[in-house]
Amino acid sequence: MEELLEILKDLHPEVDFETCDTLIDDKILDSFDIVSIIAEINDCFDVTITAEKITPQNFNSAEALYALIQELEDGE
Amino acid sequence: MLFTSYAFLGFIGGVFLLYYLIPRRLQWGLLLLASYLFYFIAGPSWLLYLVATTATTYFAARRIEQVGARQKAYIKANKESLSAQEKKAYKEKMKGRQRGWMLACLLLNLGILAVVKYTNFAIYNINGLLRLTGSGAQLDFWDIALPMGISFYTFQALGYLIDVYRGTVAAEKNPFRLALFVSFFPQLIQGPISRFGDLARSLYEEHAFEAKRFCYGLERVLWGYFKKLVIADRILTGVNTIIRDAETYQGAYVFVGMLFYALELYADFTGGIDITIGIAQALGIEVKENFNRPYFSKSVKEYWRRWHITMGTWFTDYIFYPISVCKPMLKLSRFARAHLGENMGKRIPIYLSSFAVWLATGVWHGASWNFIVWGLGNWVVLMISQELEPVYARFHRRFDVQGRGWFKLFQVLRTVFVMSCLRTFDCYRDVPLTFRMFGTMFTRWNWHILWDGSLLGIGLGAADYAVLLVGLILLVTVSLLQRTGGVRDRIAARPYPVRFLVWYGLFLAVLLLGAYGFGYDASQFIYNQF
Amino acid sequence: MGRIQLLGNGISRKTGTSRRCARMGKLVGSAVVVLLGLGLLQRLLMPKYASDVVEGALIAEYYSEEKDHDVIFIGDCEVYENFSPAVLWQDYGINSYIRGSAQQLIWQSYYLLEDTLRYEKPDTVIFNVLSMQYNEPQREAYNRMTLEGMRWSSSKAASIAVSMTEEEHFLEYVFPLLRYHSRWSELGAEDVRYMFRTPKVSHNGYYMRVDVKPAENVPEGRILADYSFGDNAWEYLEKMAALCRENDIRLILVKAPSLYPHWYDQWEEQIEDYAARNDLLYINYLELVEETGLDFSTDTYDGGLHLNLSGAEKITKHLGGVLRQEAGLADRRDEEHLALVWEEKLAAYEQEKERQYEEQGN
Repeated sequence: MEELLEILKDLHPEVDFETCDTLIDDKILDSFDIVSIIAEINDCFDVTITAEKITPQNFNSAEALYALIQELEDGE
Repeated sequence: MLFTSYAFLGFIGGVFLLYYLIPRRLQWGLLLLASYLFYFIAGPSWLLYLVATTATTYFAARRIEQVGARQKAYIKANKESLSAQEKKAYKEKMKGRQRGWMLACLLLNLGILAVVKYTNFAIYNINGLLRLTGSGAQLDFWDIALPMGISFYTFQALGYLIDVYRGTVAAEKNPFRLALFVSFFPQLIQGPISRFGDLARSLYEEHAFEAKRFCYGLERVLWGYFKKLVIADRILTGVNTIIRDAETYQGAYVFVGMLFYALELYADFTGGIDITIGIAQALGIEVKENFNRPYFSKSVKEYWRRWHITMGTWFTDYIFYPISVCKPMLKLSRFARAHLGENMGKRIPIYLSSFAVWLATGVWHGASWNFIVWGLGNWVVLMISQELEPVYARFHRRFDVQGRGWFKLFQVLRTVFVMSCLRTFDCYRDVPLTFRMFGTMFTRWNWHILWDGSLLGIGLGAADYAVLLVGLILLVTVSLLQRTGGVRDRIAARPYPVRFLVWYGLFLAVLLLGAYGFGYDASQFIYNQF
Repeated sequence: MGRIQLLGNGISRKTGTSRRCARMGKLVGSAVVVLLGLGLLQRLLMPKYASDVVEGALIAEYYSEEKDHDVIFIGDCEVYENFSPAVLWQDYGINSYIRGSAQQLIWQSYYLLEDTLRYEKPDTVIFNVLSMQYNEPQREAYNRMTLEGMRWSSSKAASIAVSMTEEEHFLEYVFPLLRYHSRWSELGAEDVRYMFRTPKVSHNGYYMRVDVKPAENVPEGRILADYSFGDNAWEYLEKMAALCRENDIRLILVKAPSLYPHWYDQWEEQIEDYAARNDLLYINYLELVEETGLDFSTDTYDGGLHLNLSGAEKITKHLGGVLRQEAGLADRRDEEHLALVWEEKLAAYEQEKERQYEEQGN
């Protein structure tokens, strides 16, 4: 979780990722951000987030995103 | 049957009436019938394309789901006996099969679209090459009319297919229901490109007549006609005069044409979408918004999130993401970051994927070079502004202008201006000519035409300008009001006489000020050729 | 408790009905306002043809007439500018009316005759044959002037259906507001003044002009690929003849002496042939210039396209003689009522004549 928050903070220092759960709905993250995040996650966690996993539910909050990463880690 | 034809008004009148008279479980069936009738009237032979796309999508989606179900059942049945590795291998195998079905259907339908839409463009380019090589041989063009709305319904069907493959929606079991989703007549001509998950439920539901909803729908339809007939079709005369006579109308005229076209395109396209969504609403069906006051955007990037939204999200979800997060791209990203530095390396995959998106967007808009150049022009602007981000950030640290009213206005005007400049490719539809005409704005110094009465000579009289001004003021007012809540809600809160006056006034405005009927070109909606 | 509830129900039922009444009232009231508004707007926006392009007013004027005519003229500008019913009355006591309008196509003439027969049965119908040259709908503006003045009937509907050019819609004839909606930018005082009543512009369908523009250098007719009249034109001429036969009406064909549009010999032959075959009287005034004393240096107001008053009176005098001799039409000047009606008409005729001569003099 710490690593993930670091990745996110790096991108948008002004956002409080620990509490915000409308990252997509409020258009805080755009498509470019999402792609950057996925590339970083791919590096740090060694999981691949495929295009079909890119949904608002999965990216609206850091927590949801972390849950997704864990799910993928378990699966592999 | 154009939206602006008497026949269409009669058609939707009939549909409304029947829709609320017949038993509710037959409602979606009526819509299917109406949609096919609508398409049949447009071009009987085109139905073949529509049916082919619907049928192939239906079967492919069903297969994908069946393969998925078989996979689950097999794993469940052999839970004990299979090792984790075997399970994974089996899953992979089945996923591969699903992918096979998806890709086969995708390629087939994109193939159909490509053949009918781009064959002549290919011939045009081959002929150009032949001429270049000095060959006298030339290929004949293929005499084919592009089936109405094919780009829209093909994308809508393929979006559904991919969603089924991804497991976001379940495959529709009833082929007729799917046929309605693909052909729903209000959005057949020019979108929006709806997603199955968004549209399906309310499309097949039973709808009792609800006066308020029906009234809201009609209000929106009327507003759409106002934009389309009073503003777009009126200013079109001026736009056409300027762009059709490039030798006469240069310099400042190009600038005027550019701005007029911006207004024309906006009023025409959003007006059409208002009619579409309004009709759907009157039928109790929710169609996703396609615009979100795009001309209030403060950057080009924001503009593309607010203009033609359903197309934008289609390209993002089905092209941009798959390309930018695919394995080779991730590898490239790692490589670039290692060799070009963290920042640059991160952006390269994004730039490549969005290049693909904008190329596709350009090609999708039309089979000619001007659209491709236009699409890539957007890409260039987006990339430049992305690269300039640090500069902007430094500027804003230095000067405290962010969020100030005048600065916002500057940003909005800048965005409108940049988008208008890019759209000149769309106006002249000829790349070298566009560059030349754009150049005359700087070389031919004739800005006096703005105030010396010359603008009365481009097919628009004083009365036309008066109407356009009133229309524009109304348009801006409504847009400003929308920022703080629905305009129709505000109207609904007023006493009946006020509401009545608003409706009647708007109706009379369309009736009297609309550029329709004898003496006006029945201009097609700009977008329905795409 | 029970009683209160009962009372409550009673009240709600009552307010329910009154609410329904209110809603009905609202609906009816709104509909009235909408329809009234649209009706007024339509009246306001439709062209009045009062002082400009008065040809547009000709067809409608017929309906306010007493319908007891011996002769009805049917045709295009070659009837309403070249024959004067006033002369026919004055000199022969023949009561006639012209149902003609600008570029009135032959099927429009046919349906106009059908329409006329709803109101009266004349003794003789005179059809001017120039419109045989057109086999297809021509121009929207002329369609409007011809068709809009007609009262609604199956004839009008049929006439519209066959006359429309590709860009026209039947609906725009039913609701002319749809056609004239953009006239708001050119409205004038006349549109308000004549919103409900338009002034009379013709003299029994005759459009009077007294000015002179001699015919000089009348262009020769250009060579046509095909001189035979079209099937449509023949069909409607045939229908017109049949309609007259059925109603015991004598049909006379005429060709007015206008020098232009050019009347080809080949056309003449076809008409002569048709008249002979069908035993119809056909008078070509182009061949009677000497006999009628027509002088194209003084008797036309637009270089030979149309006759002016003096030209029209000359031709009409001749035609009156023919009608008396060939058709045996009686002199009705001794009919008291008719004489009174015509007295008034002739006064208006003379007054208009004077007014125009005065205008010329200035």
